[in-house]
Amino acid sequence: MPLRADPAVAADRRHRFTRAERWTHRATAVLMGVCVVTASFLYVPEFAELVGRRELVVRVHEWAGLALPVPVLAGLASRAFRADLGRLNRFGAHDRIWLRAALVRDRRRASRPADKFNAGQKIFAAWIAGAVLVMLGTGLLMWFTHLAPLVWRTGATFVHDWLALTVGVVLAGHIGMALGDPEARRGMRTGSVSPEWAEREHPLWRP
Amino acid sequence: MGRRIFLGTLGLGALGVLAAPTLQRGLEAFLGSAADKDPTGLTGLLPNGGGFRYYSVAASVPHKNATDYRLTVDGLVDHPASYTLADLRALPQTRMVKDVQCVTGWRVPGTPFEGVRLSRLLDAAGVRAKAGAVRFSCFDGTYTESLTLDQARRADVLVALRMQDKDLEHAHGGPVRLYVAPMYFYKSAKWLSGITVTEDVHPGYWEDRGYDVDAWVGRSNGRDDAPTS
Repeated sequence: MPLRADPAVAADRRHRFTRAERWTHRATAVLMGVCVVTASFLYVPEFAELVGRRELVVRVHEWAGLALPVPVLAGLASRAFRADLGRLNRFGAHDRIWLRAALVRDRRRASRPADKFNAGQKIFAAWIAGAVLVMLGTGLLMWFTHLAPLVWRTGATFVHDWLALTVGVVLAGHIGMALGDPEARRGMRTGSVSPEWAEREHPLWRP
Repeated sequence: MGRRIFLGTLGLGALGVLAAPTLQRGLEAFLGSAADKDPTGLTGLLPNGGGFRYYSVAASVPHKNATDYRLTVDGLVDHPASYTLADLRALPQTRMVKDVQCVTGWRVPGTPFEGVRLSRLLDAAGVRAKAGAVRFSCFDGTYTESLTLDQARRADVLVALRMQDKDLEHAHGGPVRLYVAPMYFYKSAKWLSGITVTEDVHPGYWEDRGYDVDAWVGRSNGRDDAPTS
């Protein structure tokens, strides 16, 4: 998909995400949601009592987990998505300033310089990508028990359990921050944001 | 930089798998002691926080109590029988305190179980000569288990009525469950409602899905846990 702004974007809006990027995010979110919900049915005793059907829940969890990286891999076909991955990967001097301000809870606009993605979003993106692959690897070791010796399986269970908890907490943070910022959500839903929001949240972003 | 965080997360994950045995021992010791002092019970939700986990293969499990619970004994026996909860409580009770080991890895140390020896019910029913195995069914309508007759006659196999010195709760398979002390916990069928003496072993629910039929702790399912009995 070309990098130029969507023709559908109104003159007073700024283009942020292409249709392909939005669908990549949507599909990933749905699969991740299925993984989290089925995990809670398997893991939290009260939910497990409510739902039962262990065999079925395990199957759904396994297949949703296996499919989780697929939308991102498919998204790589989009040039805009690849360009954004490049932006997420690049850390500049302003990201250091942003992180330092975040650590001391300095919320002033001047101390939070950001380009298209702020430093927090960059770290989240890289970490969640790594975490999903670790979950996938350890999940496969638990699924196909004959693949590896027993100590590996026990180790995989250990990592899968604790990382699941961590991913749950971090995702709650991700969703919580989105809930607190309607314009950011509009950007992910419609593809465009208001110039005021862009200027305030991402002052260094030049499309 | 983003790539470094990504690769670092992957590396930490791999390291975690390798270092898990050490980490797990430390965490279990720490969380176990924390759970003893935790009035909220939240530690129980953490991985390795200790305690039992609830697994049910059925969509929903009916509740049974002293008025409607029945345990039938039938198959290759001379005297088929049906026991109420009161009947079972009136029989001599045996109490054992041993570790519980699940095949998925969790272990609950020193758990008291109390109930009637399975061998007593089998003797009362008069097992016929050609019998070789015992099949168990459950009032969840789905789960099944089985043992060879020799395994079923062991002194550490109970029809359990109490666990942790309380009447068995529904979530733990109450009012009556099987307790097969020397085997992985999937053999200890919850919500026990039927004992059928058969000629041969019929693989149970999880055994149809790949688990070992002879599920000795530490000597089956590719695991090497310390024996529980």
